[in-house]
Amino acid sequence: MSTHFLTVESLKKVFPATNGVANLPVFDDINFHIDKGEFVCIVGHSGCGKTTILNVLAGLDEASAGEAFMDGREVRGPSLDRGVVFQSHALMPWMSVLGNVAFAVKSKWPDWSKQKIAEHCTGYLEMVGLGHAIHKKPAELSGGMKQRVGIARAFAIQPKMLLLDEPFGALDALTRGTIQDELLKIVQATHQTVFMITHDVDEAILLADKILLMSNGPHAKIAEIVEITMPRNRTRQGIHHDPQYYKIRNHLVDFLVNRSKTYAGAEAEMFHDAKNPPVVRPGLEGDLAAVVAMPADKPVQQLKQVVNQ
Amino acid sequence: MNSKLTLKAAFISLMMLAVFLGAWQLATQPKESVVQASADSEYAAMMGKGKEQSGFPTPGMVGKSFVTYLSDPFYDKGPNDKGIGIQIAYSLGRVALGFLLATIIALPVGFMIGMSPLLYKAFDPFIQVLKPISPLAWMPLALYSLKDSDISGIFVIFICSIWPMLINTAFGVSSVRRDWINVARTLEVNPLRKAFLVILPAAAPTILTGMRISMGIAWLVIVAAEMLVGGTGIGYFVWNEWNNLALPNVIFAVAMIGVVGMFLDLFFGWLQKLVTYRE
Ligand SMILES: Nc1ncnc2c1ncn2[C@@H]1O[C@H](COP(=O)(O)OP(=O)(O)O)[C@@H](O)[C@H]1O
Ligand SMILES: [Mg+2]
Repeated sequence: MSTHFLTVESLKKVFPATNGVANLPVFDDINFHIDKGEFVCIVGHSGCGKTTILNVLAGLDEASAGEAFMDGREVRGPSLDRGVVFQSHALMPWMSVLGNVAFAVKSKWPDWSKQKIAEHCTGYLEMVGLGHAIHKKPAELSGGMKQRVGIARAFAIQPKMLLLDEPFGALDALTRGTIQDELLKIVQATHQTVFMITHDVDEAILLADKILLMSNGPHAKIAEIVEITMPRNRTRQGIHHDPQYYKIRNHLVDFLVNRSKTYAGAEAEMFHDAKNPPVVRPGLEGDLAAVVAMPADKPVQQLKQVVNQ
Repeated sequence: MNSKLTLKAAFISLMMLAVFLGAWQLATQPKESVVQASADSEYAAMMGKGKEQSGFPTPGMVGKSFVTYLSDPFYDKGPNDKGIGIQIAYSLGRVALGFLLATIIALPVGFMIGMSPLLYKAFDPFIQVLKPISPLAWMPLALYSLKDSDISGIFVIFICSIWPMLINTAFGVSSVRRDWINVARTLEVNPLRKAFLVILPAAAPTILTGMRISMGIAWLVIVAAEMLVGGTGIGYFVWNEWNNLALPNVIFAVAMIGVVGMFLDLFFGWLQKLVTYRE
């Protein structure tokens, strides 16, 4: 069935018991897929398990059940095919900016000459606007610049897929905007496949082709998949003028504020097909968000009943 | 501003030194009015020190020791009469050897223990019991089994400097930031490269702290060890001069021990600064 670039099937994670008390699964029955060149954001309340999913995709953590396939192969352990941008930038403070990127590039291409590595790294650092700071130590950089180095490092190994865990979460709004623009440009130019966690709804709309909405844990699920139907050549300045923008935004905020809880727990399973989460396109509809692909065997009436109880 | 502060501090330091020397001078001034008992004066005459003998040496006498020994630090007139430079070189040599041996063992073993929580737990009780043992308590066992006083001295240095290094290395390695390890993992870095390019630099400041503590302890212990085993070294020098009742020389040696210890510590402080990174 795996015709998609990345497929996640029935993923479940239970952390080992703490002090003899068994933990509930953080999430279970997580299913979604990502196509080549797609930019997918995942949005959900803090603690629902987004980072855990990303770590499983990165191969840094193991799922308790279910599997993830990338490019036809099961994800087992970390790989240079998947570049990770960490929330806390994770630069090595004893290496220069160039040294940090070169460390990654040398890991991918051990036979390259020093000069070739330096040229390659400098190219990527210039791409994120850091050509002037390549010999600085990370401690001499601002938070935004550090995060840029992290992005350059991830792009420089030319991974098949990029995983970003709230990369801009710790930045001020102004810096965040600039880096979002840069990331947007780079991704539009390279058609990089990206999976990104964010808690910023606007960021998700700006960058994503589709947004996975995750319900609260325990037993968190992918509640909905929101397709961003606005044209791909978005800009941060122009996006507000698109009439779709507010419809999508309202839909996302409504989910986070009102609906993210109702999908969790046993009653949710009566109407929600976790194997095939509904795909919605709020941008194309009138006032109400439309469910485009609600599973046929779980009628909408049932949903209402459950919620009204 | 800062240099002004340094200047002021230096001035106060000098003042304190002057006050201390003055008080010392006053306290040890020969008291001519005191008529010494005949046994005492006989003893004094026997010691060849004449009538100015008043017990504790004056600053002037100690100063003379400084001048005599520092003006010719490297003479060698047989086993009981060597220049201070030679004696200190012997001590430093023993410390260096024992410390080097300890480093060769403590760094790799500490690295291993730090990488494995299982080994960490397994080694812990031994380290906890062995660490608080005074290194000198090992001396009889060392003398008995090694049958050589020189090697025993080196062994005592080895055994006292190994623990801080071992413990700090293990701790430093085990507490390397998870993020950096994860970066290395996602880049599929081979274990050797990971050890030398990620874990070692990350843990280096902690490891160097351990080495600095070890060196401090080693320099404390070498003096005592050399007093016990004799032969050569600054500790033996102190002991020998005490047996000669040459207190000015003892005071001189004590000051030298302090100065050398200070330079050793400064050196390790400098090394520490080299490997410390700012986050
Ligand atoms: N190592 C761990 N051991 C036990 N529980 C954990 C561990 N890591 C995360 N959790 C729990 O799993 C849940 C999901 O965490 P996380 O994936 O970090 O959430 P998110 O990234 O969505 O904020 C949280 O409730 C957290 O407490
Ligand atoms: Mg998280």
